[in-house]
Amino acid sequence: MNLDAIVSAFPQLLAGLPTTLLLVAVAVTCGFLVAVPVALMRLSTNPLPSGLAFAFVYVFRSTPLLVQIFLIYYGSGQFRHFFEQVGLWVLFRDAWFCALLALALNNGAYAAEIIRGGIMSVPKGMVEAGKAVGMSGVQVFKRITFPLALRQALPAYGNEVILMVKASSLASTITILEITGIAKKIIASTFRPVEVFIVAGALYLLVNFVITRVIVLLERRLDPLHRRPKEGALLERTGAPTPATAEVKPRA
Amino acid sequence: MDKGAALLVEDLHKSFGGLEVLKGISVEADDGDVISVIGASGSGKSTFLRCINFLEMPTKGRVVVAGDEVQVEERGGRSRVKDRRQLQRIRRQLGMVFQSFNLWSHMTVMQNVMEGPVTVLGLGKDEARARAAALLEKVGLHQKHDAYPSELSGGQQQRVAIARALAMEPRVLLFDEPTSALDPELVGEVLKVMRDLAAEGRTMIVVTHEMGFAREVSSRVLFLHEGRIEEDGPPDSVFERPASERCRRFLASVLH
Repeated sequence: MNLDAIVSAFPQLLAGLPTTLLLVAVAVTCGFLVAVPVALMRLSTNPLPSGLAFAFVYVFRSTPLLVQIFLIYYGSGQFRHFFEQVGLWVLFRDAWFCALLALALNNGAYAAEIIRGGIMSVPKGMVEAGKAVGMSGVQVFKRITFPLALRQALPAYGNEVILMVKASSLASTITILEITGIAKKIIASTFRPVEVFIVAGALYLLVNFVITRVIVLLERRLDPLHRRPKEGALLERTGAPTPATAEVKPRA
Repeated sequence: MDKGAALLVEDLHKSFGGLEVLKGISVEADDGDVISVIGASGSGKSTFLRCINFLEMPTKGRVVVAGDEVQVEERGGRSRVKDRRQLQRIRRQLGMVFQSFNLWSHMTVMQNVMEGPVTVLGLGKDEARARAAALLEKVGLHQKHDAYPSELSGGQQQRVAIARALAMEPRVLLFDEPTSALDPELVGEVLKVMRDLAAEGRTMIVVTHEMGFAREVSSRVLFLHEGRIEEDGPPDSVFERPASERCRRFLASVLH
């Protein structure tokens, strides 16, 4: 173990952090935009949208993300002529676009299932209460179903974001220099895999620590029951004696 | 068509699969009527109420609210609502109070009451807040504006739900066993609010097991049995001199 190697690897890997964060941010945002319609299609009683959504989710959940990245990046090269004709080659020749597409679609498939579960967990009575005051279907969804579904889905969704941070390392396999990509490059010239990967691992830990905290804060903010301190805790904070503690005499 | 009737239900039928739950129910409620609907469980009381605002799609029959009839069309052998917007408009006139309250758990008490006026009626926030505050005061919950439903007792939740229904300024209030999910000691506070509403001259259809309320407050009592109206009349005659033997037996079993 060489401390100097760790110290010198740190700033170089840190330079890859924005790339990792950008990959994750774009993939999770686009994934969400994919997931909501897919979840709604899955819940449709019409077999056509429901079947299409099921197929999409099935394919992207059942194949390795690495395979998806390779298929999109190398696979599109095989059909270069076609992509050139439809004017999409500028996108598919770019490793960035291919990595983002794979990550977003993969994330979208998982997130769709999480959102579907959230929507199904919304109590029927609350939806009926919305209809009963005369809300339209869209209003019921926007004001009641969706906010409640997201609250229910949040812990699982947070998990999925954390998985995405780690999955973004696979983008390094198609030339993208995020944290893992830079790590591999440094190792190729320094032959110090342990030191470099320790730093890389620590950076992922750091990112996910922050994400975990943000999710906890979000959960507290959205869940009114957790937002307020329990009555007992409130009393302790204000210094008022609770009945239980008041009777206990301090030990001399 | 009688424009004066707040609510007109004509020959309402409802089947679930092969099971016919409602076998032709007709009711007319004028403004200020308080109609209690009683009957054994499974008699179709709640289904009847839920068909009035189309939370259940009636198999057959007409529902007319303040002269506005819900338009239904046949499509592929099944009846469906022709115009969702018209139904939404009619539902504003039908305030509904559910057995299990069904307050929106992600909103505060104040937000629950403001939601309908703001989202559906398009009221400004300030106006809606003032209206909600007045209604919460009326149901005795003026100090609970910022509480969430899960922080309230069942009786308090149901009173919020009543305020939520009133906030739409409906022509008719529908109560679906409003006290059945409550602990016995909380029933009184909800019934008191309902009595006050009746005294104000609100038009109410109340599905209930509270015979005291049905007898003292309502202007009319319907006894439902197997999807039909078996007994229909002012409370005194239904409770004292029921014509139907089944109604007599039902009353004997619940009153003693």
